[in-house]
Formats: sequence, structure tokens, C-alpha cells
Amino acid sequence: MDKNQESTFIKLIPFFEKYGILLLILIMVTVLHLLQPDVFLSWRNVTNIFKQVSWQSMLALGVFMVIVTAGIDLSVGSIVMLSLMGLAIASKAGLPWYVVMLVAPAVGFLCGLFNGLGITLLRMPHPFIMTLGTLYIFRGVGNLISGGVPITGFADQIRVIGNGKIKLESILGEGAREYIPTSLILMIVIFFLFWIFLNHTRIGKWIYAIGGNPGAARAAGINVDRILVIVYTLCGFLAGIGGLILAGRTNSAYPNAGLQSELDAIAAVIIGGASFFGGRGTVLGVFAGVMIMGILRNGLNLMNVSVFWQQVLIGSIIILAVYIDVLRRQLSTRN
Amino acid sequence: MNSDIVLEAKSVSKFFGTITALDNVNLKITKGEVLGVVGDNGAGKSTLMKVLSGLYKPSEGSLYFSGDKVILNSPRDSQNLGLEMVYQDLALAGNLPIGDNIFLGREPIKKIGPFNFLDHKKRKKLTEKHLEKLKINVQSADQKVEELSGGQRQAVAIARATAFNAKIVIMDEPTAALAVKEVGKVLDLILNLKNLGVSVIVISHRMDDIFTVCDRVMALFQGTNFAESMLKDTSRNEVIGWIMGKKD
Repeated sequence: MDKNQESTFIKLIPFFEKYGILLLILIMVTVLHLLQPDVFLSWRNVTNIFKQVSWQSMLALGVFMVIVTAGIDLSVGSIVMLSLMGLAIASKAGLPWYVVMLVAPAVGFLCGLFNGLGITLLRMPHPFIMTLGTLYIFRGVGNLISGGVPITGFADQIRVIGNGKIKLESILGEGAREYIPTSLILMIVIFFLFWIFLNHTRIGKWIYAIGGNPGAARAAGINVDRILVIVYTLCGFLAGIGGLILAGRTNSAYPNAGLQSELDAIAAVIIGGASFFGGRGTVLGVFAGVMIMGILRNGLNLMNVSVFWQQVLIGSIIILAVYIDVLRRQLSTRN
Repeated sequence: MNSDIVLEAKSVSKFFGTITALDNVNLKITKGEVLGVVGDNGAGKSTLMKVLSGLYKPSEGSLYFSGDKVILNSPRDSQNLGLEMVYQDLALAGNLPIGDNIFLGREPIKKIGPFNFLDHKKRKKLTEKHLEKLKINVQSADQKVEELSGGQRQAVAIARATAFNAKIVIMDEPTAALAVKEVGKVLDLILNLKNLGVSVIVISHRMDDIFTVCDRVMALFQGTNFAESMLKDTSRNEVIGWIMGKKD
């Protein structure tokens, strides 16, 4: 490559860094539409994709913030299960629906707080260890309080978040069956709020600074431990909301809820362009990462591709995404 | 007594258990003066600077800012009095733009209702103004620090230290990690600060640095004041002798 070509190439990097991932989604959608012209872009299938990704996107968003601080949270899948069990038990105990709904995010909040305090107060050498521990603890506690059996049947009000439908009859005319899932609206609102939080508030800026150089953040007078506790607590809170959505979707709390979903969350974050080294990544990227995983699974299901091939494909995409991250760092960092 | 003295340490001692890191050390610096502090490893330079910045409390002795006796409980206290440290490892976040680094922890904000939001426009404007004042050349205030050269990073670190009207800046080996051609730029920057009336304490092993920018040089040896001189009255060889504990 001669000098000129190289510099145009480098100039294109920021563009691809920002919009490359959206381009990828566009390509995926086009290809799947061509392969499945009747089904893929139908209202029913598109809302289905959004309903499927809505609860997973909460986990991805939380894990994203943690990864920006150069940390990791392996416990979010277990937090989903524990908050779901908490909700189910509150529901079974006959508490009013608005209290029951608050239980899931509250349990998630407390789990996240537990992670954050553990990592900072116990001075764990890496968040991996604390959250690996709580991955077992939270699911264990969830099984202890439920007796290890599913609890089924929630009031309709509780299920609104995960299963609610906003009918479009008034726009599309009488008898139209199209609707927008409540969970999609919730997902958009929450992503927007966290976009504001991360890009337009001091704490958001400090989260990125900690990921870039914790020493610099400390030297700037930032209480790094306090910010980390906030980040892990918010991550747990979001996982709790994920549990609430899942309660609506499945109408059941079951021992395997959220099993391995922490890995899907991490995958979505990495595919979305966040750097595992911390300090890098965007909320839009996470959304894109979640959508890519969702569209891929949905598309492969429509094509009757075996779930085993889906695993192989998703794994390959993760490795490719990180390899691109490595290349980008090489090119954009002058040293 | 000179009324221009902005910072003075009087008979400062610092003990760590049975180890005496500083023994009755005196230091003073006047407005717009560049003071070089030299000494071998373990001579007490870093300990003295940490006492001045409030990271360590002196075991004995006291500090005076502009003639007033002060007790520093943390670096925040010394910052509020107008003293800033530029650390050897630079303490910058490479993933953030120049402006974000300069204002990290002290970001300009605007209120919307009960909430505080970052004022991106104001930060950008203040950054550009400040860089211009210090004659620091970069492509844009939005450039990420990791894209800068070592000298530019050092310049950003110095810009960060002086963004809030610092009166005294302490620099620990400001040219240690730099390519030769970039050293000059950083030294120019120190002279710029001097012209703006900022007092600078430079810790350095490099005689070239000391003899280019300093007005006065003091040597520490085994935790004590060993020698001190106006720069024009001494020579490189003499100062090197002081570092090794030799006096004629």
C-alpha cells in the first residue's frame, strides 16, 4: 500500500468505527429479506425479533458499562434468574402487582450493589473473580428460595412490560392486527436514558476515563471505587429489569432462566465494537450488537439452520469482531 | 524577606518509621521563578514534592503559601491553593480527547432542570483558549490523547495542570520519556509558563533541562539541603558534583 492509499484508509477508520456496524445490519437485513422475502420483514417476525432481544439487551447494556471500565460481570444471567424468582415469590405471596413489579429491579439493584461492594471493599484482583462467585451464589439463592421448581402464572399487569402490546388500530384502521411490543418501547427509552448518562453527564465521562486510565482518574480526584460501585449496581439493576421483561414473556420463573445469557450479553457488547481493554464503545454499538445477535438467530431459525451451526457462526463473529478491534488499535494508536 | 515568595517550606522533616526521608529541608520559590531540584535517587526529591502537594504530611516543619501558614490534608487542598503536580507517568486517559483530559474531574457543566449535564461547547472553547495561551499546537481539541506524540502528551499534561489558574506547577522529570526533538518544545512550554507568572519546580536528572529553563537550582543529598545557587553562578560540573554529594 502506498502512502496515499494508506492515509485514505486511516481516514475511513473513524467513519467505519461509527457507522460500519449499522452497515453490517443493513447487509444482514437485505440478505435475509432476499432469502425469505415473505417472512423475514413481516410485522410479525420483526416484532418477534424485538421481543426476543428486549430482555437480553438490558443485560448487554449493563455489561457494556462494566466493560467500559475494563471490568466484567459474569453474574447478570444469575441476577435475571434471582430477580425473576424474587418476583414470582412476591406474586405468590399475594402482594399487589405494582409491588411485585418493583421486586425484580430491586433484587437486581441489590445484587449489583453486592458485586460492586465486593469488588472494591474486598479488593478482588479482578471483577471476573467476584462475579464468577456471584454467578453461582445468585442462582443458588434463587433455587433455595423457590425450592428449585418453576413458579408459573403472574397477573396481567405484571406481564405488561414483557408481553404488552400497543395496538395500532387507530393508525392502521379497524381490525388491524399489527402492534408494537411494550418491551420495544421500554428498550428504546432505557437505551436513550443510558446514552444521555454515558455521554452527557460527569459520571458517564468518568466511567470512560476509568476504562482509559484508572490512575489518571484517581489523579483527577475521581473516586474510582465509588464509580465502580455505581456501574456494577446499575448493571445489576438492568439485569433485574431484564428479569421483569422475561417474567412477562414467559409467565413463569424457572431455575434455568437466564442461563448463559451473560455470555450472550458479553458477545453482543464485543460485536458492538466495545473494547475489552476498556474505555471504548458506544451505546448505539451495543444496540447494534444486540440486534446482530437477534437477527442472526432469527434468520438462521427461519432458514432452518441447525442450532449447532448458529453457535459456530456466533463464535466466529465474536473472534472476527475482536480481531477488527485489534487491527484498529494498531492503526489508530501512534506510539 | 521577599514578598513575592509564593511557596515556602520551613525545616520540613519526614520520617517513615525509623527512616528519615527528609531532615530539616527548606525550600522557597518566588512568582514566575523556575526552580530546579536535583539529587540522586533516594535523596528525598519525590518525598519533598509529595509534602508540598499535600500527599504526605510533614512530620515536622511547616508550609507557607503566599506567606500564610497552611496545613494540607490532601492534594485537593494544595490544588485549591493553586499548586498542581504534573506526574511522571502523565496521568492522562488516552481514550479521551484532549479537552476531556484537561478538564477531567472538573468538567464545565450546565443545569437543565434539576440535572447537571456536561457543557461540551464550553469545554471545547475553554480548551482552545487555554492551548492557545500556552502556544500548544495540536490538530484539534477533540483529538484523542493516544493519537498524540510523547511531547504533545506532556504538553497536554502541563495544560491540564495549569487550566485552573495554577500559581505553582511541580513537574517530575518532564522530559524523561521524550524524543530529543520534543524536549525543546516542553522546555519552551516551561518558559511560557514563567512568562505568564507561574512558578515552576522542575525535578530533573538532565543538566540540559536545568541549564535551559531554571533560574535557580537546589540539590538534595540524603534528605538534606546540600547546596543551592542561582544558575548563573554555577556550572554543570558543580551541580553534578552536588548530586553525588561532593562540594568544593
